[in-house]
Amino acid sequence: MADGEEPMAVEGCSIGDWDGRWSHVQKFLERTGPFTHPDFEPSEETLQFLLETCKILVIGAGGLGCELLKNLALSGFRHIHVVDMDIIDVSNLNRQFLFRSKDVGRPKADVAAEFINQRVPGCNVVPHFKKIQDFDASFYRQFHITVCGLDSIIARRWINGMLLSLLSYEDGVLDPSSIIPLIDGGTEGFKGNARVILPGMTACIDCTLELYPPQITFPMCTIASMPRLPEHCIEYVRVLQWPKDKPFGDAVGLDGDNPEHVQWVFQESLKRAAEFNITGVTYRLTQGVVKRIIPAVASTNAVIAASCATEVFKIATSAYIPLNNYLVFNDVDGLYTYTFEAERKDNCTACSQVPQKLQFPPSAKLQEVLEYLTENASLQMKSPAITATLEGKNKTLYLQSIASIEERTRPNLCKTLKELGLADGQELAVADATTPQTVLFKLNFTSETCSIKQVQN
Amino acid sequence: MLTPPLSSVEEQRLWGDHGQETLENAHVCLINATATGTEILKNLVLPGIGVFTLVDGHKVSGEDVGNNFFLTSSSIGKNRAQAATELLQELNSDVSGNFVEESPDKLLDNSPEFFHRFSLVIGVQLPESTYLRLGSVLWEAGVPFLICRTYGLIGYMRLIVKEHTVVESHPDNALEDLRLDQPFTELKHHVESYDLDNMEKKDHSHTPWIIVVAKYLEKWYSEHNSQLPKNYKEKEAFRKLIREGILTNENGTPEDEENFEEAIKNVNTALNPTKVPSATEDIFNAEQCENITSQSPSFWVIAHGVRDFVRNEGNGKLPVRGTIPDMIADSDKFIKLQNVYRDKAMKDAAVVSKHVEALLQSVGKPPESTSEQEIKLFCKNAAFLRVVRCSMSSLRFSACDSEMVLYLMLRSVDRFYQQHSRYPGVYNYQVEEDINKLKLCVNSLLQEYSLNVNVKDDYIHEFCRYGAAEPHTVAAFLGGSAAQEAIKIITHQFVPFNNTFLYNAMSQTSATFQL
Repeated sequence: MADGEEPMAVEGCSIGDWDGRWSHVQKFLERTGPFTHPDFEPSEETLQFLLETCKILVIGAGGLGCELLKNLALSGFRHIHVVDMDIIDVSNLNRQFLFRSKDVGRPKADVAAEFINQRVPGCNVVPHFKKIQDFDASFYRQFHITVCGLDSIIARRWINGMLLSLLSYEDGVLDPSSIIPLIDGGTEGFKGNARVILPGMTACIDCTLELYPPQITFPMCTIASMPRLPEHCIEYVRVLQWPKDKPFGDAVGLDGDNPEHVQWVFQESLKRAAEFNITGVTYRLTQGVVKRIIPAVASTNAVIAASCATEVFKIATSAYIPLNNYLVFNDVDGLYTYTFEAERKDNCTACSQVPQKLQFPPSAKLQEVLEYLTENASLQMKSPAITATLEGKNKTLYLQSIASIEERTRPNLCKTLKELGLADGQELAVADATTPQTVLFKLNFTSETCSIKQVQN
Repeated sequence: MLTPPLSSVEEQRLWGDHGQETLENAHVCLINATATGTEILKNLVLPGIGVFTLVDGHKVSGEDVGNNFFLTSSSIGKNRAQAATELLQELNSDVSGNFVEESPDKLLDNSPEFFHRFSLVIGVQLPESTYLRLGSVLWEAGVPFLICRTYGLIGYMRLIVKEHTVVESHPDNALEDLRLDQPFTELKHHVESYDLDNMEKKDHSHTPWIIVVAKYLEKWYSEHNSQLPKNYKEKEAFRKLIREGILTNENGTPEDEENFEEAIKNVNTALNPTKVPSATEDIFNAEQCENITSQSPSFWVIAHGVRDFVRNEGNGKLPVRGTIPDMIADSDKFIKLQNVYRDKAMKDAAVVSKHVEALLQSVGKPPESTSEQEIKLFCKNAAFLRVVRCSMSSLRFSACDSEMVLYLMLRSVDRFYQQHSRYPGVYNYQVEEDINKLKLCVNSLLQEYSLNVNVKDDYIHEFCRYGAAEPHTVAAFLGGSAAQEAIKIITHQFVPFNNTFLYNAMSQTSATFQL
């Protein structure tokens, strides 16, 4: 900072370091301070821990992921793994700054790792071009901290569930060494949030599911016969006309990244709009609706990823007390942040160990149970598979994700719980994309006069 | 396959093509390529700022490379502006990057007009004397100035701009402009064309809720002396009146009429009296609006035109906005209703145009000085106009809550720098002894501004501990924050902060003050 003065040589550097490299970081690790975490001890070893031992998992190598990798690398973290199942698209280039046009088509994780390792000498980012579900507990167990920059609630819930499954209890007491903190960041336009989750101790993703509003979809009758907005016209073509016309061949699905597909949808949407005197269909709107694009801004990603990385640093070094536990950010009008403690839910499906209940009269159809699992605000399952033990055997009552089983079990949806042979107090095991572990529900039969619709748990 | 320009598809959804255009025509100056500086620039280069000029007299040090993504160890000893420009430029080939290997103080000494050409100047990690000097040059030249610094775990921004006008503030929860309390003629006629009592069920269930409310309002007026439902009790009664209009089947059970449910739900806000918001009134009453000259920016010229409209043809009301929310209705009814509002908005905007033309003529300017598009945009946003003025006042303090203490500490380390030509605690051996020296600076500031405040020793210790470090994650937070404010200033969309922002990475809290 001050001109003309030489910084002191830093002792104990790794090979490849240069004088003063970690000076900005060291001040927080080697000096006492009045606001540090009670566990903090100034030491030169903490920096070595970051450089040589601490292992961080970054999930997502997109807008948030690129920022996270940079932030961690420049804070002293060297052992970083990054998981991302996507490949680079040209539309990513103006935000995901580790990618260039020559990288289009390559896996995000690979390119991001290469860039960081080259730009920040000594950093060793290991890429995984995979889905998070491709890994099991033994993979996740190796990390000190997990930090997410995802755009999917399902994925968040899955990783949340995975980290919860790693917790071990001795005589009912949580073993703190089994806790892997989860730092989660999310952005949408000018809004974002960052949160710190200590699995088993603080509110988890599922505890606060209601904070994630369900995505807006248009009612089918509007799409099919009463469009009013240009978006309705585009949805009509996407959902109804494309499967009928099959413009690019029999089994060819609509690909939002294929400009020819988008162009076709655009032209057909214009025709539909003209029928109803609706104006406003543009190519860009078409693309936005087809790809379900949520507008993203580099600056919001920068802010949220920075907040997350600060928390990773605090937790890894005990330098300061971490965020407790939720930060909201919005810069539409000035800049606004709000920090609060999200509370654990006593009966959270993911992290409380309270058995979940299902209350239905025996005359209720399985379809109603399915609807409850997907529509209830605290559960929000995507396509739950329901199994139960009947006559000593494990029977699948309904499963959607495998076509042959779906066909076979579909008639069960119209059968009543009684007809299916289920008894009061019976356990149902439910599997879903939102959780790596099966959720057990206890079935309680209510009397026939009780209302069928469930009140929120 | 056509490759879209790098200047984004994504951001254009947020600030539109015209916003993107202003961004691409802008030239930003950023002083000091520290981590904070390059992070700010990165977030301007990625969305496609037209040109940037990086000013920095420093040479790259080993410490600089350690926290800065846009410096490599091979650049140690080189000029920092040059080194960083290379790696920033590389992010987006549509952007032009320049560098000046000179300190801002030198430039101020020799050629302060250098700074006049910029759309915005961002000064990073500047000593107080420099930002005060630069501030007055930029103020005189009418160039907005954004001061940023990262100091330990504290991020700070200060905005200085004489007058920043915003037409498109994009408020989050704007109320609709439906005019149900004072329907314009065309709306009245359109409502009259409906005969709810004699409609087929299909039509009845697909009548826009705006029409439903309008019709039942007429009923209400006839029984309530033409007075709007005002309090909760009356609104409840009005909702009940609407509910009674829901069709029933032969058994007397109400049919499923979602449009009526929408009407009932919207009673609360739909009957709000139409009036000019106070922020817009203030704009109408401002001196710049009153006294239009040939130098007046188009914002004030159009504002004056809208004001003339409000006071004449508008009968105390702004031009109709022209948009309605989506609602349950068949396409035909919805489009027709939408067009009633759209057409009226166009009519009103045309009247405003006439006023603006006359105004321009009266000050000797051609009518083309403001475009129709500008006037239409202004009319559409007339209820959301904002003007931000941030001067470079001398230090003032309000209540001393924790973020304010941080501001005081930042000013104190500036004073320390003035006295000792260095910041406190940069080297380990200095931390202890600098605490007392810094305390003296704090106390002298408190005295100078007659502040009766007790600053805990903990803060003084903490700021010595920081040793003027610039940790990357705090620089990155500020990088995102400052870049977005810069984009707001350049595009004149969304509302910038006014005028001092502090971020505390320890507690992950922030505050905005108006000093």
